[in-house]
Amino acid sequence: MNQAPHTFGKSVFELMSSMRFAISLLSILAVASIIGTVLKQAEPYNNYLIQLGPFWFQVYEKLGLYDVYHTAWFLVILTFLVASTSVCIIRNAPNFAREMKSFREHISEQSLNAFKHQHEASTTHAPEALAASAQRYLEGQGYKVRNLPRDGGVLLAAKAGSWNRMGYFLAHSAIVMICIGGLMDGNLVFKAQQLLGTKKIETRDIPQSQVPAISRLSPSNLSFRGSVQIPEGSSASVVFLNVADGYLVQDLPFSVALKQFRIEHYTTGQPKNFESDIELFDRSGKKIREATIAVNHPLIHDGIAIYQASFADGGTRLDLRGWSLFAPTAASFPIKGTIHQGASLTSTAGDYTLEFIDFRPFNIENMGGEIAPAGNTMSVLGGSPVSDKKHLRNVGPSFQYKLRDSRGQALEFSNYMLPLELDGRWYMMSGVRESPNEAFRYMRMPLDADGNIDSFMRLRGALLSQELRPEIAARFARQALPQTAWGSEIEDKLKFSATQMLTLFAKGGFQSLGQFLEENLPAAEREKSAGTYLRILELAAFEALQIVNQQAGLPAPKSDDATGWLVRDTLNSMSDMFVYGAPIYLQLLQYDEVKATGLQLTRSPGKNVVYFGSFLLTLGVFFMLFVRERRVWLRIKPGSALLAMSAAKHTIDFEQEFARHAQALDTLAK
Amino acid sequence: MELALNQPTPLFKRLSWFDWLFAAIVVASGLFALTRFGDFMDIYEKGILLAAIPSLALFGWFWKPFRALFIVTGAVSLFAISQYQGELARMETAFFLKYLISSQAAIMWMCALFLLATLTYWAGVLSRSEFTLKTAAAMTWSAVALGFIGLMVRWYESYLIGADVGHIPVSNLYEVFVLFCLFTAMLYLYYEARYQTRQMGAFVLLVISAAVGFILWYALDRGAHEIQPLVPALKSWWMKLHVPANFIGYGAFSLSAMLGVGYLLVQRGILASRLPRLEVIDDIMYKSIAIGFAFFTIATILGAMWAAEAWGGYWSWDPKETWALIVWLNYAAWLHIRLVKGLRGPMLAWWAVVGLMVTTFAFLGVNMFLSGLHSYGTL
Ligand code: HEM
Repeated sequence: MNQAPHTFGKSVFELMSSMRFAISLLSILAVASIIGTVLKQAEPYNNYLIQLGPFWFQVYEKLGLYDVYHTAWFLVILTFLVASTSVCIIRNAPNFAREMKSFREHISEQSLNAFKHQHEASTTHAPEALAASAQRYLEGQGYKVRNLPRDGGVLLAAKAGSWNRMGYFLAHSAIVMICIGGLMDGNLVFKAQQLLGTKKIETRDIPQSQVPAISRLSPSNLSFRGSVQIPEGSSASVVFLNVADGYLVQDLPFSVALKQFRIEHYTTGQPKNFESDIELFDRSGKKIREATIAVNHPLIHDGIAIYQASFADGGTRLDLRGWSLFAPTAASFPIKGTIHQGASLTSTAGDYTLEFIDFRPFNIENMGGEIAPAGNTMSVLGGSPVSDKKHLRNVGPSFQYKLRDSRGQALEFSNYMLPLELDGRWYMMSGVRESPNEAFRYMRMPLDADGNIDSFMRLRGALLSQELRPEIAARFARQALPQTAWGSEIEDKLKFSATQMLTLFAKGGFQSLGQFLEENLPAAEREKSAGTYLRILELAAFEALQIVNQQAGLPAPKSDDATGWLVRDTLNSMSDMFVYGAPIYLQLLQYDEVKATGLQLTRSPGKNVVYFGSFLLTLGVFFMLFVRERRVWLRIKPGSALLAMSAAKHTIDFEQEFARHAQALDTLAK
Repeated sequence: MELALNQPTPLFKRLSWFDWLFAAIVVASGLFALTRFGDFMDIYEKGILLAAIPSLALFGWFWKPFRALFIVTGAVSLFAISQYQGELARMETAFFLKYLISSQAAIMWMCALFLLATLTYWAGVLSRSEFTLKTAAAMTWSAVALGFIGLMVRWYESYLIGADVGHIPVSNLYEVFVLFCLFTAMLYLYYEARYQTRQMGAFVLLVISAAVGFILWYALDRGAHEIQPLVPALKSWWMKLHVPANFIGYGAFSLSAMLGVGYLLVQRGILASRLPRLEVIDDIMYKSIAIGFAFFTIATILGAMWAAEAWGGYWSWDPKETWALIVWLNYAAWLHIRLVKGLRGPMLAWWAVVGLMVTTFAFLGVNMFLSGLHSYGTL
């Protein structure tokens, strides 16, 4: 077939089907594939812009590096692989097929003599007799044998392992099949429509109902892979396909409703399973079927597979209590909130807008139980594979929100619903941060004997209120001094300094106290007097507590450790309050959780083609690699027998086998 | 006269009483596992177990030393399990468990023996001492046995931690590295016996030692030896097929790479007198890449099928997937080069060595440097 004159087409054919070309293709494809693994694919374009800067962002975009595996140039490489493989098959098909059948019985004696693996044995047996025994031997060795009369003797032509060639056909047509299957599930159709301008990507952030037809794909679309989030109790009849810097809306032939989404947890708190109870309704609203899907257990409904992909909050309703942190009284006000929604907030502390971001029913926190030091003797002996998760605890629900002031400045907060135990005492925690990539800084508010922050709030108010200050100071002085010293100017001194301390503290907590000391005392005395001032402040605060309890009609605080800590913690968290960043603390009283499931829906007609191809590929590879093709010829003439052997691949097994056959021939020929 | 010939007798006639005993033991233990632990398996996993029975029996008939390995591993593992008496705590108290055959102890012994074997192989090569080499081989065998025991016991331990935590120990880097050491060592031991050349162990054990080094660092420094419950995406019977298949591939590829190194040295006359002939090295290199390629093909296909069930698509161009493809293409290219006259020899050896780097990145680098579905970001 190679004798034909070399036209252009012919040489292309030659090139495409050449092994070297195949090798280059495989290598090029491998290298090209690397790109998309280095650069994170299909990110929001803004991320790339930040990452690369405006210039390179453009370059990369032109090269389609944000979705490498769907770019034209990548498809071209694949197409070449398919073409080359097909051409290669076409080219090899005829002679491989012939090879499989043929016994090469027309081979001449000279060429047999020229074989690298050939062995001559002299014999006394009649050719036919030797041929018969040799044939039996070869057949025993798994060969197919032809016994052909030749002038003055016999030619045995034998072959084994022809399936190797079959393997070649299977494996290589499988490659073609798999690629085609893959293309069927690709987005070629949309790409074409995009070029023709009949479809375009939607980039605006608008309700899907308002997305125009040009960015919608019909339910009859052959293949798609999109995702959608459905809150409990609602349903969806579309999925969203992320394309480049926008999305497309894929209309479904049915609608999916979420009844319930569940998360199961291991005892250690890690998630164990995600499940969604879903219902399918047809366009007319008639219920088609009902099912529970979970990770690794999708539901397949007329060609569309529905997968559990992710989850989120579906709009949990929050029942909140707002505290104005700088009000001189323990003033609180009720607020209602819903996750993913906003609320405007007008308070004595000013006008704000609230944006409720997220709600978490569980928080597995590391409560700093000491972790067994790694590399101790036990773990050199192997250690224990049982992980010590005692320091991990579920500290209950938390919710995140943004508080935006009238100037548009926003801070992000994360508040726990339940108190946390730290160093043996209990606190309400509220975290704050400027930007998402920071960690939260926490303000901790102490609980009183009956487990509320009310005492803290009252005391805080008293310590901030100017009206109460003289009374607090007076009571403090009286308490500090014996009856005899009452009315003396020592008392006035004490009153004065107490008032001074309280005023300073009310301005900026310990920070402003510190500042005051810096400015008014020589370094030498600071240490000592700082102690005294602190003591004064604490005792004054204790008096303040007495007063507020009285006002609230509560029993006087016992002078015990608990009260002591309450006072100290209050002073600390008030100091934190000044850097908290917001004049309002939101306390979560109750919530009504609404979860949302993240589903992925796919229709992939190419799947079965790919699977069948994969099956053939496996078969083919095994035949090619583990079935060795061998041929044996035995030319027997009166007095002598010539053994010749050939194989497609010369492995050591082949050498050994040849040696075996040669020896066998000698034995038979004796 | 024909009687003089070694005609291949049909399989069943060739089997010894020990073969049959082994088969019986395999069937027995298989059925035992099915009845004893059946409640923890779904229908597919039962299927896998039943399919494993004949496969293991055949494998033992095909590769005789496997019979002893299987029996020893099974016996010791059962003994270890009995030592637990259903309480994890006995790991620290029971003598055998604490020092020998609790999962961690066994795996640490495996590591020690592999390192020792490496040194011994080198000693054997340099001193041309067949005896030393035999000792090294024996050490490698014991390491393999202990490794399997370690994994079996770890499997059991995971269920002691919690019925819902329990799972086959092929679910994290630590466990699969152990698996990698075992498969690589077994493949090597097979060829060592088949070609009657022990010298290449010096090279092959190097790559295993490297893996051992990683295991030790990973366990002692990162506490990676702790048994963690499975993330939902991994809770699937596919894992039992996909992961081991992958690591047979990785093991075979690493083996071939180390042979490649040997080839290049011999070809330059280094250690030439102490190592096997070029043809032999080349032959083993080809055979192990063939095995690796076959299993890697299967593994990748299984992976795609699993992905189709877990992630909603048989191919997502996720970094791990893509690198699997790259590895696969790399060795496809290798196999083709071998078929082109004039490209064989050193070129193939180099390519195999580079192949190990690609492979290493695929199963380590990706987890370390690239994020994707395989890092279970979404769930
Ligand atoms: C992803 C693509 C491909 C894969 C996975 C693949 C796989 C294989 C394998 C495993 C072998 C057996 C090698 C051996 O026996 O040692 C083989 C042989 C071969 N391949 Fe490919 N191949 C691919 C593409 C191609 C292409 C594009 C061509 C032609 C341009 C080609 C031509 C051949 C030929 C001619 C053989 C020799 C068959 C024989 O003599 O038995 N292959 N291929």
